[in-house]
Amino acid sequence: MPERIALTINGRQWETSEGTTIAAAIMNTEAACRTSVTGEERGPLCGMGICFECRAIVNGVPHQRTCQMLCQDGMDVTTQ
Amino acid sequence: MTQHFDIVVVGGGPAGMAAAACAAEYGKPVVIVDDNLTLGGQIWRGKDIPAAARKWQARLDSVSAHVTRIHGARVFSQPVPGVLRAEQNGRYLDIAYRKLILATGARERFLPFPGWTLPNVVGAGGLQALVKSGLSVKGKHVVVAGSGPLLLAVAAYLQTHGAKVLAICEQAQFSRLLKFVHSIVTDSGKLRQALTYKMQTMSVPFYAGCYPVSAGGGKKFESVTLRQGKRAWTIACDYLACGFHLVPNTELAEFFGCRISNGKVAVDKWQQTSILDVYCAGEPTGIGGAELALVEGQIAGYAAAGQQDKAHSFFEERARRRKFAQLLEETFALDPALAQLPQDETLVCRCEDVPYSVLKHEPSWRAAKLHTRCGMGPCQGRICGTATEFIFGWTAGQVRPPIFPTPLSSLGAKPELIELQETR
Repeated sequence: MPERIALTINGRQWETSEGTTIAAAIMNTEAACRTSVTGEERGPLCGMGICFECRAIVNGVPHQRTCQMLCQDGMDVTTQ
Repeated sequence: MTQHFDIVVVGGGPAGMAAAACAAEYGKPVVIVDDNLTLGGQIWRGKDIPAAARKWQARLDSVSAHVTRIHGARVFSQPVPGVLRAEQNGRYLDIAYRKLILATGARERFLPFPGWTLPNVVGAGGLQALVKSGLSVKGKHVVVAGSGPLLLAVAAYLQTHGAKVLAICEQAQFSRLLKFVHSIVTDSGKLRQALTYKMQTMSVPFYAGCYPVSAGGGKKFESVTLRQGKRAWTIACDYLACGFHLVPNTELAEFFGCRISNGKVAVDKWQQTSILDVYCAGEPTGIGGAELALVEGQIAGYAAAGQQDKAHSFFEERARRRKFAQLLEETFALDPALAQLPQDETLVCRCEDVPYSVLKHEPSWRAAKLHTRCGMGPCQGRICGTATEFIFGWTAGQVRPPIFPTPLSSLGAKPELIELQETR
């Protein structure tokens, strides 16, 4: 059984398994990652760090490419 | 601090791994700089990797004394000739090289159609990558669409992970696909792979000459409308996994001034580009799959290490596998009708939200950038540049640093003075 990781996404506590990227975790909560410059909700497109659609705020730092970052215990993620 | 290596390999997929392993076997200090968290690239990702991936990992491990691995780092500029600058965790690294091997892989081609910006409209390889990294698709309904052999592989993968794939739509016509299958009959490996995927998706309707014309939904994706010939119909589903085959990542090679021909990095028989001591292997030289990437990687690695005889022994295999690359290109060439999919309000540039109505009057990529900010967002045209090349026939201009968005503080900093040491 892989280790469980607890993190906060948009103010709510979520559990996920080790090795999950933040982008996948956000999608599992059914949230979008970011709001576009004209106000559209966006989620991940490429899954490989190229399209920048999965940007979110991780531990207070905005514009993080969440598809290339793993969830870590105690992390605070907010969609932007 | 500048780190020095004889050979710097950019990219840790099959081509990069093979190149690094081969060069290191001759005692050359090698570094692999990769933007992912682990080696394997986009194709060998996660736990369920093929035997070939394990073999190459073991081969790299056996020469680990000579191979440094830098993960999660993206090369974005060259502050002085012979030195690469990469960003890692918000900091920059300077890496000096004698020889450079570019193994930057490929990305999916995305084409705009109404609704393609809705959340849960994802790349085909994109959705697979997300599932491999923890997205649950259990019980979800998915339509897989676009083009390329990846579609079957993705559909099979999603099914084994609990998704219900409702349709697989390949834009290429059936006659082309038949010719493709006929041509791989002599390649037992490829044929076995294709048959396995086909068997795994036996229950899923497969449509050739079929593509999505729109994705519907409010804030979130709810359904896709497909077209095949004169017939159009709508399927309700949770995800649309849609990618139109692959395009080579040539930005870094272009930045170094390497000659690009027909969208691919031009190389000589040693995999050397038009720039001395800069090699290129794998998908950037043409989409040919992991097997061709491994062969090219080995040739580049041996050639860069001065082992031309060893490199030469792979020429025959490379020639054979390049035929398959040619076949892929012919089979999955895009139907020109796909260029007609965007409507006036369809966003083409997703970073700056530039609609088709604004772009259709622009004469060139450069004009579009200047007048509309198309391609000026963080993806730097990697998504919309590929799309507008197909839709309008525009070609992207010169690649300038930073090749990836990076903190301003990393850009201007001067590398410390360096003295290249003889390591041979």
